[in-house]
Amino acid sequence: MEQPNLSNIQSIARGSKDFELKLLNVVKEELPTEIDAFEKYIKEGVYDKASEMVHKIKHKISLLSMEQSYYTAEEFENELRNNNPNLLMDFEEILKKMRIFLQRY
Amino acid sequence: MNCIIIDDELTSRIILNQHCSGVSDLDVIEEFSNAIQAMKFLNANEIDLIFLDIHMPDFSGFDFIQTLKNPPKVILTTSDKGLALDAFEYDCIVDYLVKPILFPRFEKAVEKARSFSQRDNSKAEANNSGSKSTVTTNEFYVNIDRTLIKIDTDTVNVIEAKGDYIFIKTTAKEYKVHTTLKKIVDKLPPNVFLQVHRSYIINLSRIVDIEDNSILIDKDVIPISRSKRPELMRRLNLV
Repeated sequence: MEQPNLSNIQSIARGSKDFELKLLNVVKEELPTEIDAFEKYIKEGVYDKASEMVHKIKHKISLLSMEQSYYTAEEFENELRNNNPNLLMDFEEILKKMRIFLQRY
Repeated sequence: MNCIIIDDELTSRIILNQHCSGVSDLDVIEEFSNAIQAMKFLNANEIDLIFLDIHMPDFSGFDFIQTLKNPPKVILTTSDKGLALDAFEYDCIVDYLVKPILFPRFEKAVEKARSFSQRDNSKAEANNSGSKSTVTTNEFYVNIDRTLIKIDTDTVNVIEAKGDYIFIKTTAKEYKVHTTLKKIVDKLPPNVFLQVHRSYIINLSRIVDIEDNSILIDKDVIPISRSKRPELMRRLNLV
C-alpha cells in the first residue's frame, strides 16, 4: 500500500531544511481547512464544490509523493463533477494516510 | 524580469516564491490569492511575467487572460495535465507547469519566457527602425497528441500543408501537426525560411537545386508558385 514520503518536498527545497519545514507547515496548515470544506460539500451533496476541493488537495497528494493516490484523486475529482461520489471511501483513505503522516512533523 | 504570482493555494505560492528566489534576475513584485485583486494591480502596474494558476474559484486562468488588454508573458501552473491544448490558443502563454513544480523545470520555463520577451523586443525594435525583422528563436514547439515536441528550426527541410494538417519534414523525421502554414510561419526565422507555394514553406539552406518551377530539397520536389519565384530568386546567393 502506498505511503506518503518527503521526496518531492525535499526536491523542491533543494537542500534547504528551513524551506522544507516551512513548506510542510504550510501544507499542515492548509490541508485541514481544505478537508473540512471538502467534507462539508460532500455532506451537503454539493459535488462540484467538493470536486474543487479535491483538486486543491490533489496538489498536496503529489507533494507527499503519492503517485497512485494522485490518480485516484484525479478520477474522483472528475467523477464528482458528474455527481458521482463512488470513490469517496478510497479518497477518505488517502486523506487518513496524509493526516497520520503529517502528524509526525 | 519582474513577475507576479496568482494562485489561490498558499502552498503553491510559497513554492513559486522559493523557485523565483533561485533565479537571479527574477523579482516577485506581488502575489495574489484571487484573480480580481490581480486585475486591479495589472491595471496600474507593468510587469513582465505572470505565474498563473488555471483552477481558481470564480475565475479560471484562461478567463483571467481574456480580461487583459495587453497580457504579459504567462506561465500556467496547474495540477491538470490535460489542458495544454487550450493553452495553445493564447500567444502570451509561454509554458505550462504541472504541479508539483520542481526547480529545473521551473528554470526552463523562465528561460523560455525570457527568450520570448527578448524576441518580442527585438521584433519591436526592428519594426520601429523600419527594417524587416529577422529575429526569431531557433526552435518552436508543436502539439502532437497533447505532447509538446520541440523542433529545432535548423533541422527543418520543408513544411507542407495538406488539408487540416501540416507535415514538418526534418532531417530526422516527419511530424504531422494539426495547424496551418499561416500559424507556423511566424515561428520561423524569416531569413532562413520562405513560402514558395500555397502549400509549402522551405528552408532555403536545404535547397539542393532549382529546376524550372520546382526545388529539390533532400528527396522532395517542391513546386514554386509563379508569384513566389521573384522573391525566391532575390533571396538566393546567385552568381
